[in-house]
Amino acid sequence: MLWACVLLPHLALDGVLRRRPSTDAPLVLVSGSAQARTLFAVNTPARAAGLYRGQRLTAAQALLSQFEAVEYDPAATEHWHRLLAAWAYRYSSDVVLFPHAIVLEVSKSLGLFGPWPRFESQLREDLTALGFRHRIALAPGAQAAYVLAGIHDGLAVMTPDALQRALAPIALRYARLPDGAGTSLPAMGIRTLGQLLRLPRDGLQRRFGAPLLVYLDRLTGAGPELMEAYRPPDTFDLRMEWTHEIEHVEALMFPLRRLIGDLATYLAGRDGGVQRFVLELEHRSTAPTRVVVGLLAAEREAALLFECARGRLERQQLPQPVVAMRLLARELPPFVPAGRDLFDTRPTNAMPLDQLRERLRARLGEQSIHRLRSTIDPRPEYAQTTADNTRLPEVTETLPRPTWLLDRPIPLHGPSPIILAGPERLETGWWDGGDLRRDYYVVRTSQGQCAWVFCAPGEPGRWMLHGWFA
Amino acid sequence: MTEILLPADGVGELQLLLPTLARCTRAGRAVVVVAPPYMPYAPGWEARGVVMSHVDIVSADPRDALWAAEQCLRSGSCAAVLAWPAQADDRALRRLQVAADTGKALAFVFRDRRHAAHASPAALRLELETQPSLQVRVRKCRGGNAPSRPVPLSASWS
Repeated sequence: MLWACVLLPHLALDGVLRRRPSTDAPLVLVSGSAQARTLFAVNTPARAAGLYRGQRLTAAQALLSQFEAVEYDPAATEHWHRLLAAWAYRYSSDVVLFPHAIVLEVSKSLGLFGPWPRFESQLREDLTALGFRHRIALAPGAQAAYVLAGIHDGLAVMTPDALQRALAPIALRYARLPDGAGTSLPAMGIRTLGQLLRLPRDGLQRRFGAPLLVYLDRLTGAGPELMEAYRPPDTFDLRMEWTHEIEHVEALMFPLRRLIGDLATYLAGRDGGVQRFVLELEHRSTAPTRVVVGLLAAEREAALLFECARGRLERQQLPQPVVAMRLLARELPPFVPAGRDLFDTRPTNAMPLDQLRERLRARLGEQSIHRLRSTIDPRPEYAQTTADNTRLPEVTETLPRPTWLLDRPIPLHGPSPIILAGPERLETGWWDGGDLRRDYYVVRTSQGQCAWVFCAPGEPGRWMLHGWFA
Repeated sequence: MTEILLPADGVGELQLLLPTLARCTRAGRAVVVVAPPYMPYAPGWEARGVVMSHVDIVSADPRDALWAAEQCLRSGSCAAVLAWPAQADDRALRRLQVAADTGKALAFVFRDRRHAAHASPAALRLELETQPSLQVRVRKCRGGNAPSRPVPLSASWS
């Protein structure tokens, strides 16, 4: 077993920063009660100005006159944590959530993504694109990887022997020992993990109890690691809120791109697609505007989803400025990638057909694009359908059938036409009320057109035009 | 791009194309029909060998139809695109021609016969005539001499 630990030291701050365009303005996260407001996290420009984590808000305001203070939201941080777990699920089926970290089992994934240096750079690339600062370490145990990631970014320990050597010099206060053992042991002259591991076990058990020994066993790989594996949720729900009001649809594109990017990340990890999702634009006083984005087939590519959503959103009238946006995807059907020919002769920059159809639908309307299939009904009005789900036997038509059909028959004017074929009697439809009784002819009009016309039986000459043999 | 000039609808214009469309759709390539004047009648098309599950029918108003046709041609994923630009000017047709070249797609544009006198950017211009019998006159043929005599066509309904 090999475990990779992705430590997210600035999870809460990065979750806030990634939603904003990058600026050099100082920004802090604030937590605590109304009487004792303290800084929870500070960004780089704020730290350069002398602000630090744990500082009182009043002290920070005395140091720096202009900075943005955002309320720390534990629920949002938890949300980002879960989103990243969904991302990690793409690389491994064993994903465990640790405080401020994600640990994934990679020994089985190395065959696909490996070797480790390439795999690691892949992870870092993804995290940078998502906008999260990170530290990554690899170790034979999950707990050991978690500890090593806190000590040394990029450390990769493959064997138990190397792990012993890597753990030995670690100072106890960084070893994440349970129950405050990390603070009392240095007072006894035990400063590193190596010293602690050499101590007799019964003495440790007497003084600190069983949890410390269990922890040390997990760390060195001598004992079992019991962890609750992460399972991705079945729906996707992400909300983004901003402090100012957005009045124009164009300004919604940046947050939309982020939301869709997160959705695509989640879908890729789950190996699923999305066929229908809802964008809720929240306003200050009225009910939220709902924009439903429906696709012809399950998709998961961020660019395609973004273009579809943008097409729908651009046609939307905003009754009021928007203060928050929410993306809800409940139906996540399996994603089936389209098959491509190895010897594809199409131009290299070709847009896939599905993407083209989505683009047309986005601008022209949901019902603007359809396919026809013939049914077994002999009546011309019912002989074809746009439905996709009807599976019907192949029937080959032997009688002449036109290529154009008029939506409804119209009287044929002009000089009397020349009859080329017919009559063909269609008399049916008693079962659903669409009863008809017609004699169909193929005629040539004076203009040279080939027409499909009918007349009621026994009334030749009163032609009704129903189609063209174009 | 091929421009087909018609005296009226339903003189056999699709008859010219259906063998090509049948070949494309049987090879699994997409054909898009943008804003047709009438509803395509699936039994009739299938009787001539077209696989209707590869035929996309786009309904759009005239202004969007040109945009849609251009998108389809440019995408490179369609084998053929059929369009009926009613009031398209020379510039719009040129855009379609360029899009068809970019996407390596066949564009078929149907227009009224009265446009025959105007110049056109189409690579091939065909005019359908019904008098004295159904025949095709080649008005323009890029890279070759247009035959001086019209080519007769057989009746289209059988």
